Amino acid sequence: MVSSILPLRIHAAEVKRRGTRLIGPIDLTLGGTGITIVLGPNGSGKTTLLRLMHGLERPAHGGLDWSIPEEEARGSRSFVFQTPTMMRRSVTDCIAYALRVAGTKRAEARARAREVATHVGLRHALDRSAQVLSGGEKQKLALARALIRDPEVLFLDEPCANLDGRATREIETILTDARSRGTRIVMSTHDLGQAARLADEIVFMLNGCVRELNGAETFFEKPATPEAHAFLNGQIVE
Amino acid sequence: MPFRPSARMVSRANVFDAKHKETPLPMNEILEGLVEAAKLIAAFDPELVEITLRSLQVTITAVVIAAAIGLPLGAWLAVMRFRSRRLVIALLNALMGLPPVVVGLIVYVLLSRSGPFGVLGLLFTPTAMIIAQVIIVTPLIASIAHQAIRDLWSEYHDLLISLNTTKRQRVATLLWDARRALLTACLAGFGRGIGEVGAIMIVGGNIDNATRVLTTAIALETGKGNFALALGLGFVLIALAIAVNLLMHSLSRTERSGTW
Ligand SMILES: Nc1ncnc2c1ncn2[C@@H]1O[C@H](COP(=O)(O)OP(=O)(O)O)[C@@H](O)[C@H]1O
Ligand SMILES: [Mg+2]
Repeated sequence: MVSSILPLRIHAAEVKRRGTRLIGPIDLTLGGTGITIVLGPNGSGKTTLLRLMHGLERPAHGGLDWSIPEEEARGSRSFVFQTPTMMRRSVTDCIAYALRVAGTKRAEARARAREVATHVGLRHALDRSAQVLSGGEKQKLALARALIRDPEVLFLDEPCANLDGRATREIETILTDARSRGTRIVMSTHDLGQAARLADEIVFMLNGCVRELNGAETFFEKPATPEAHAFLNGQIVE
Repeated sequence: MPFRPSARMVSRANVFDAKHKETPLPMNEILEGLVEAAKLIAAFDPELVEITLRSLQVTITAVVIAAAIGLPLGAWLAVMRFRSRRLVIALLNALMGLPPVVVGLIVYVLLSRSGPFGVLGLLFTPTAMIIAQVIIVTPLIASIAHQAIRDLWSEYHDLLISLNTTKRQRVATLLWDARRALLTACLAGFGRGIGEVGAIMIVGGNIDNATRVLTTAIALETGKGNFALALGLGFVLIALAIAVNLLMHSLSRTERSGTW
């Protein structure tokens, strides 16, 4: 890695769709290390915030800056979608695709893809069609496809939303492993238990705005806002 | 120039006289046609082989050229956003329904000696027939390709954007991953071309030993009242179309198994 793309500074950013505001204005700085968990009820704007950070949504107002120009920063980020897209290819080729489009030779990309697939536990399915994988395997494929680029920042949108306990634990293990190797992770979830297990930092979203930004310990023990307090107690906040 | 049938064909042709032209075709003519087709194929009639090969040569060449134009065009229309996109798609869908006779007429005028491309001397050659068929088949292939790729693009969109793919990479990826649907598009184009008679009759002229193909031979024999022979050729045409489809599908399936 030449130079770090962090910190990311978001200033007064708003995302609009056909004139209506989806999220914002948002002011947020993403730096440091570890796992940031974006928490919040359904529709609070977690997905939109992640998409904004990765450059999939354009701010209607305000903006965001990585520490190096966006053109160069782009290649150092990966995104795992809530519903991963399975290409009409084998598992190996699906994962290798992320390297192929970045200019890596086919044989080398496939060799790396097999390594990463093995790392996430897809060794048994290398030559299978990606279309026939189970939900957990699809999520692991998406994770492998994101990790193979060796990103500095990894975004994940509710990666365990449809998974059972075991698949969730496997994904979490892969994520903590990536963290220990220095990958900066930003992940949304509405699962409080998962947030407590993984988070170093919490971004609490409500109605399209960041309601609270805090260290994980502080957030869970002494949340600064009444809404976060209510959310942690399992109440319905709006 | 008349179709010069080989000896056995003549004997079959004599079965009919002029009166038969007016009367509706009796059911057993279909059977006779089947028998005729079987005989023609079994005898490996050189004339039949020649016009069959010419049919294949003209249409396969036309489909290859049409695919080289239509597939990237369809992908490009699915991926690009520009102001006149809807107009181009509407135009493409309209062109899909072009009457072949009109295409033939236009190509005829363009290629005729006094026309803009007259100096090339292409009228009444297989090349002229290929040109006409490319015009007929390209919109069909492009339109089917566009629909298939548009659907795939809506599925792949976020992933390909998030991986910072270039426009060229996106088009290439979509073409490759939609290959099954695109094969179907090409086969549809082949079906339209191999059975087409209006355009190639006009620009090819149905010249014996030069531009006669299965469909124009059928038209000729029907006109002469040789229904059984015409039907026989028709069954050969159908068999050919089925054989090509089966061949392409088996080729694409042996490539790799599994669900794609
Ligand atoms: N494509 C879209 N068109 C219109 N509204 C949208 C679109 N995507 C999201 N929204 C709206 O934006 C808000 C935030 O959505 P989202 O970011 O998906 O929330 P979350 O991920 O926290 O559930 C919601 O009110 C949602 O209805
Ligand atoms: Mg969401």
